[in-house]
Amino acid sequence: MKVVLQHLTKKFPSRNKKSNDEVIAVNDFNFEIPDGKLIGLLGPSGCGKSTALNLISGLIQPTSGRVFFGDDDVTSLPPENRGVGLVFQSYALYPHLTVRENILFPLQNLKGSARLSKEEMEKRVTEAAKLVQIENLMERKPGEMSGGQQQRVAIARAVVKMPRVLLLDEPLSNLDARLRLQTREEIRRIQRDTGITTVFVTHDQEEAMSISDMIVVMKDGVVQQIGKPQDVYDDPINLFVSKFLGTPPINVFDARVQNEKIYIGDEAVLDAPGARDGAVWAGVRPEGFVPDENGPFTCRLTGVEVMGRDVSVVCGHDKNAGAGAVRAIISAENRPAEGAKTVRFSLKSYKVFLFDHDTEERIRFGEFEVK
Amino acid sequence: MDKQQNNLKGWLYLLPAMLFLGFFMVYPLIDVFVYSFEEGYNSASQTFFGVGLYNYAYVLHDPYFLQALKNTFILVVITVPLSTIIALLISVGLNSITPLKKLYQTVYFLPYVTNTLAVGLVFMILFKKTAYTDGLANLVLAWFGRGPVDFIDGPYWAKMFVLCFYTIWVVMPFKVLILTSALASVNQDYYNAAKVDGTSPFRIFRKITLPMISPMIFYLVITGFIGAFKAYSDAVALFGTNLNAAEMNTIVGYVYDMLYGDSGGYPSYASAAAILLFAVVFTITLVNLSISKKNVHY
Repeated sequence: MKVVLQHLTKKFPSRNKKSNDEVIAVNDFNFEIPDGKLIGLLGPSGCGKSTALNLISGLIQPTSGRVFFGDDDVTSLPPENRGVGLVFQSYALYPHLTVRENILFPLQNLKGSARLSKEEMEKRVTEAAKLVQIENLMERKPGEMSGGQQQRVAIARAVVKMPRVLLLDEPLSNLDARLRLQTREEIRRIQRDTGITTVFVTHDQEEAMSISDMIVVMKDGVVQQIGKPQDVYDDPINLFVSKFLGTPPINVFDARVQNEKIYIGDEAVLDAPGARDGAVWAGVRPEGFVPDENGPFTCRLTGVEVMGRDVSVVCGHDKNAGAGAVRAIISAENRPAEGAKTVRFSLKSYKVFLFDHDTEERIRFGEFEVK
Repeated sequence: MDKQQNNLKGWLYLLPAMLFLGFFMVYPLIDVFVYSFEEGYNSASQTFFGVGLYNYAYVLHDPYFLQALKNTFILVVITVPLSTIIALLISVGLNSITPLKKLYQTVYFLPYVTNTLAVGLVFMILFKKTAYTDGLANLVLAWFGRGPVDFIDGPYWAKMFVLCFYTIWVVMPFKVLILTSALASVNQDYYNAAKVDGTSPFRIFRKITLPMISPMIFYLVITGFIGAFKAYSDAVALFGTNLNAAEMNTIVGYVYDMLYGDSGGYPSYASAAAILLFAVVFTITLVNLSISKKNVHY
C-alpha cells in the first residue's frame, strides 16, 4: 500500500499560556511512500518525526494537509479504521496478558463480517509468532521477557491484523547495542517477508541508513532531504544533513572560495570550478582525506585511533568549525609515522561539500560525480 | 566482630521506636488478650476470680453485642462494594473530562477534610424530623407521594439507610483520590495501542483499565473492610451516644460502652468483644489477600 502525505502540517498550541506562539511540529510534509518499502524517518530529538508518524497512524489529526493510503483519503479516519499496525517505543504490551493474549487482542476487537473464527484467530496468532520467532514464549507475561523479546511480541501484535501500513516508533532505542544490531536485521527481514509498507522513526542515523530503502531527514518539523540512504549521504542538500549522517561525522571547516579555489586557512586545498568568491563552510567526509606528503592540506596530528583495517587520524586545525577534532579515516598501512607532528592530505573532490555561510545550503561546484 | 558491632548499632537506632511501639502498641495488645480471659475482673481492686472463656460466652449471648455485630456486618456488606464501585465510576468520569476537572476534584475531596461531627449535623438536617420540618429527604419523598419517614428515630431500615449513606459519602473522597491517581498513572501508550487496534471503550475499560488499576482497587477493598468494621464515630454523629437504645450500635461502639458507657466498667467483656472483632477482621483480610493474589495482575 503506497502512502501519500500532502502538505501535512501539525501545529500545537504553546505550553506557555501567555504567549500565543504555536509550536509547528510538522511543517508542510510532502512525501509519497512507495508500496512495500521500508522508510526511515530520521532526525534529532524534537524534530517532529514521531508527530509525523502519529499523523500517519491517525492518533494525531493534522492541522492541515491530507494523508492517503493508496487512493483512499484517510485524513479524517480514526486510527482503528485506517488499518495501521503501530509499535510503540515502550512496546505498550499489556503486562497482565500473556504473549498469546497480547497478540490475540487486536483480532478479538474485530466485529461484524471481519470477525474471525476461533481457529482462524489461533492460526493467525501462530503465524505472527512464527514470523517473529517467539513460538516458544507464548505463555509468558511481558515482564518475564527480555527487551528484545518484548519488541518481537510488539511487532507480532502489530502485524497480526495484517495492517496496510506498519509504523514503528523508535523501535530499537530501548535495546542494548548488540540486540539493536540483531533486531534491526530482524525488522528488515520481517518487512521483506510480509511486504508491508513500513515507516520507522529513529534518531540513530546508522540504524536508519543500514536497513531503510529510503530515509527522510527532518529538522525542526521541516523535511530536509528524502532519498536512498547512500544518495543522501553522498550528496547532502545542506550542512545539517551532511552533519547528521555519517560516523565519524563530517569535518566542517570555516573556509573561503577565491579564484575558483577552496582555501582552508592559507592553503588552497581544492579546485572549485564555477564557485563564487566568498566565505563558505567546507565539509570533508573523514574518508575524503588521502595521505599525501605533498598534499595541500596540513593539520596538527594529535593521535591515531586504531579501528582494525582502518585507522582514524585525529588532528587539530585552526579553522575547524565542527564539534570535535578533525578526523580522517585512512587505511592502516598509510598511518602517519611515529612522532610526526603534522600530517598532510590531499582531498577527494567528491567527498568535499561547500555550504553557504549564511543559509547553510549546498553550493555546487564543478561536475559533481559520486565515485 | 565488625558485623556484630554494626548489628548493635542498628538495634540502638531502633530502640526509641521499639520502646514506643512496645509501650503503646504491643503491651496493650497483649493486655487486652489477657483481660479477655480473666473472669470477674475488677478494675478497682485489680483482682479476678479465675481464667476461662466466660467473658466470650457472655459477650456472644449479649443481645446488644449481637445487634452490634449484625449492624456492623450489614454496614460492611453494603458500603464497601458500593463505595468502591461508585468511586470507580466517579474517577473514570473525572479522568475523562478536561474542563473544570480541577474544580470537580476539589468538590469530591471536600468531605475528606470536613469534620465528622459537622457532617453528622448536616445529615441530621437532611434526615431528621423536627416539629418544624420533616427534613430535606422527606420533602423529596413527598414529591413521589411517599413518606414521611423518620430517618433518625424511626424504623430500623431507615436508620441503617442513613448510616450506610453517610459512611459511603464519608469514605468516597479518599477512594476517588486514590483511584484518580491510579488511573492517571496508567501509561497512555496502552490506550493508544488499544485505540489503533480498534478496541471498544467498554473493552478498554474491562481488559486494560481495570486490570491495570486492580492493585489499587484491592487496596481500597481491604482498607474499606477494615475501616467499616471499625465504624463507630459515624453512628454517634448521626444517632447520639446511646446507640444501644437506637439499635444502631457497632462492635467498636459496644466495646466503648462496656468500658466507659452508662452500663460500663467491664474491661473483660470489652476485651473479649475487641478480640472477637480482631478475629473477624483478620479472617476477612486473609480471605481478601488470597483472592487478590489470584486476581490482581502483575
